[in-house]
Amino acid sequence: MSTLEIKDLHVSISTEQGTKEILKGVSLTIKTGETHAIMGPNGSGKSTLASTIAGHPRYTVDSGSITLDGEDVLSMSVDERARAGLFLAMQYPVEVPGVTMTNFLRTAKTAIDGEAPSLRTWTKDVKAAMSQLRIDADFAQRNVNEGFSGGEKKRVEILQLELFKPKFAILDETDSGLDVDALKVVSEGVNRAHAGGGMGTLLITHYTRILRYIKPDFVHVFVDGRIAEEGGPELADRLEEEGYDRFTAPNGALNTAAAQA
Amino acid sequence: MEKARIGAPSIDEIDAGTPAIAGMSEEGEKLAAENPAAGSPLAGEAVKSHSHGGGVGVPDSSRAGRLTSYRLADFPVLTGREEDWRFTPLQRLRGLDKGELVGQPPAVAVSAAEGVTVETVGHDDARIGSAGIPEDRVSAAAWESAAEATVLTVPAGFQAEGETTVTVTGAGEDPAASHVFIHAKPNSAAVVVLDHQGTGVVSENVEVLVEEGAKLTVVSIQDWNDDSVHASAQQAKIGKDAHFKHVVVNLGGNLVRVTPSARFAGQGGDVEMYGLYFADAGQHFEQRLFVDHAVPNCKSRVTYKGALQGRDAHTVWVGDVLIRKEAEGTDTYEMNRNLLLTDGARADSVPNLEIETGLIEGAGHASATGRFDDEHLFYLMARGIPEDAARRLVVRGFLNEVIQQIKVPALEERLRDAVERELEAGNL
Repeated sequence: MSTLEIKDLHVSISTEQGTKEILKGVSLTIKTGETHAIMGPNGSGKSTLASTIAGHPRYTVDSGSITLDGEDVLSMSVDERARAGLFLAMQYPVEVPGVTMTNFLRTAKTAIDGEAPSLRTWTKDVKAAMSQLRIDADFAQRNVNEGFSGGEKKRVEILQLELFKPKFAILDETDSGLDVDALKVVSEGVNRAHAGGGMGTLLITHYTRILRYIKPDFVHVFVDGRIAEEGGPELADRLEEEGYDRFTAPNGALNTAAAQA
Repeated sequence: MEKARIGAPSIDEIDAGTPAIAGMSEEGEKLAAENPAAGSPLAGEAVKSHSHGGGVGVPDSSRAGRLTSYRLADFPVLTGREEDWRFTPLQRLRGLDKGELVGQPPAVAVSAAEGVTVETVGHDDARIGSAGIPEDRVSAAAWESAAEATVLTVPAGFQAEGETTVTVTGAGEDPAASHVFIHAKPNSAAVVVLDHQGTGVVSENVEVLVEEGAKLTVVSIQDWNDDSVHASAQQAKIGKDAHFKHVVVNLGGNLVRVTPSARFAGQGGDVEMYGLYFADAGQHFEQRLFVDHAVPNCKSRVTYKGALQGRDAHTVWVGDVLIRKEAEGTDTYEMNRNLLLTDGARADSVPNLEIETGLIEGAGHASATGRFDDEHLFYLMARGIPEDAARRLVVRGFLNEVIQQIKVPALEERLRDAVERELEAGNL
């Protein structure tokens, strides 16, 4: 059983206009076996949270802490975090020139496990995982994400999730840009990884539709860099009906004021 | 598949100073409505006593119209505005373009595969000039200045085992000339490695005659000391049903300019041209190739890949492919990719495809220059791969596509090691 604990996290980025605070005190605890959905309108800081956990250099942590089983995640480099068991399925996976999927997957697996995977079982595992995610076999010989469609890139992120077996998976809008079929395939992949029982999931999404396939235990609503409301799966149902309006526009007076401004 | 495109010179260049773009940027070619007339004779079919000039001295003229001559005096003094010299820092040629090259010629040592004959002949030998003719002033200077040539001959029908290595070692900093002639007789097979090293200021002509049904690989490695300057015109004439594989590897030297050309002289010819270059701070590596589809039913494939790192590392790739009117059934594709590893480096890439007949199998070209940037690094590190390993992974993978084409295990290993050394030197 592992625990990923985020405490009173404040994060900013520097822009040409100066420093901008994006996360304004986020606290969240995820345990192995749990699925947490983070929902919220665009610009509320959901993706910032994901990238900060993974250690993207663009984000500056001003205060607060992230710990994995008590270990200080913020003091770790990006690769150390991955080796410690954190996995970020990216919203926009980049194309990496010159590196084939095969070479990349094996190199990453070796780095994460600290030893090279047994060649025979590894090749079999990769093939099986690819076929379950309906990824063409010839993708193995192509360069990482190069020329992949948006949906293919997302499948390849989940392929890595299944192969690397992290302690915690952070899925950053994995559902965006997917059609219904791809959404199903990707969700099944996440559920398979989850079913092993050794993983906790942080599912970041704007829409509720992926929650039909991946059932969250907890739902957190992000608004303006803070968690505005928390609850169980029923909160997602409510959001589906009501949208985010009641969070972004708490009363009619504000709306009027905004209209006049 | 691209078909029957008429291309005019286009420039695809990305300066390392431009904003980071994730992944590679693809650039297509520009199309030109008009197609300048061609008609200059082929090199090698010309006689030595006079020159040939297309007389179309403007940059957009057909590649076929370029001046060719064995005489230095026929080539005007370079100004740097010439189409084929516009990227080259002439002051760094250290006199190779000025006139006669009277410095001590580089030492040539040959380790020949059994059955391959090696001769040192006078430059007036009848074979000299049968596969090539200078296309620029620096090449002509070497032609006029070279007193001797090294001639390698693979006998007819003979399949050489193992490679023949010609080690060319610079003899100092005075401008010098060198000439190598490689002759693969009909139905022979061989691998020849030209290994350039040491310190030299050298203009070199390499002629390659691949006769009917022969199968020849020529690998030219430029691994000079940092102070060296090298211009190498490597011209091949490919006979009927012959197969020629040419590999350029530019690793060391202050200025290295290799101009390979492949001219088809009989139907059914097949040419593969590969290039690998890794330029560090201050180095200028230029590779300009020419594939002349002058007869029907020949095939050519060109793949050049380069990595650049450090301030003022500069590479130039120009790929001229000409499909003449009579070259029906031609199948050609050329590709150049560059990877900028740091700021301050610059890669110029110019594919030119001229097509004078629509009755071809296929013709295409591609050029892409990409940057290895923080987003690539983040992606790989987020998968547990340490920073230095991530950089190496990318560069190795990128260049390996060319290295693995060489098919000489010892050489492949040496080049992989050389890439590792480049990465070490760049503190990547």
